[in-house]
Amino acid sequence: MLTISQELVDKIVAHARADHPDEACGVIAGRNGVPERFIPMENAERSPTFYRFDSMEQFRVWREMDDRDEEPVVIYHSHTATEAYPSRTDVSYASEPNAHYVLVSTRDEDQVEFRSYRILDGEISEEEVRFIP
Amino acid sequence: MAIEVRIPTILRNYTDGAKAVDAEGATLDDLITNLESRHPGIKDRLVDESGLRRFVNVYLNDEDVRFLGGLGTPLSDGDTVTVLPAVAGG
Repeated sequence: MLTISQELVDKIVAHARADHPDEACGVIAGRNGVPERFIPMENAERSPTFYRFDSMEQFRVWREMDDRDEEPVVIYHSHTATEAYPSRTDVSYASEPNAHYVLVSTRDEDQVEFRSYRILDGEISEEEVRFIP
Repeated sequence: MAIEVRIPTILRNYTDGAKAVDAEGATLDDLITNLESRHPGIKDRLVDESGLRRFVNVYLNDEDVRFLGGLGTPLSDGDTVTVLPAVAGG
């Protein structure tokens, strides 16, 4: 289960809306599995169907997390024309076994789809999301 | 010539859980061969027939080796090599 504050959810959704129709991506860093620090990342692909963190930005952010004893608790990205469910490429490149993979869909202007998954060894398992104030 | 190699979570099953290991090599290519002899299986996760795997980022100190010399990048004693799987998807 992912427990996450409404404030962080709002930030993820705002980022996804702002970058629509391109995919948005980023990280929520934290300790002991608790998502705390919102880090929007640049989508180096600037694409409506693909995302990739810029390699130098990723290096800086990962080193900063290391220095602060944090981990990437949440890795999020948006789908802009399809449902908030991991695509085949999402599964094949999933490389953080401890992360919650959050998917947001911006295909509907009025409705938000916010879902979370574990992706391990090619297996997707959706998990419950608990929103806290 | 000792070079510190920082290992990402997903590859720590090859290093008995270690976050960083030492290895040797005059180039990145040599270093990976040396790593393989110490941690069998790891090489295949880093390179394929065409070179560095596309979705693996390797950094020498603070630089992405793709902007240096790729697998031919020369290394020196005291360097740090960091491996990070690219975060990507569709």
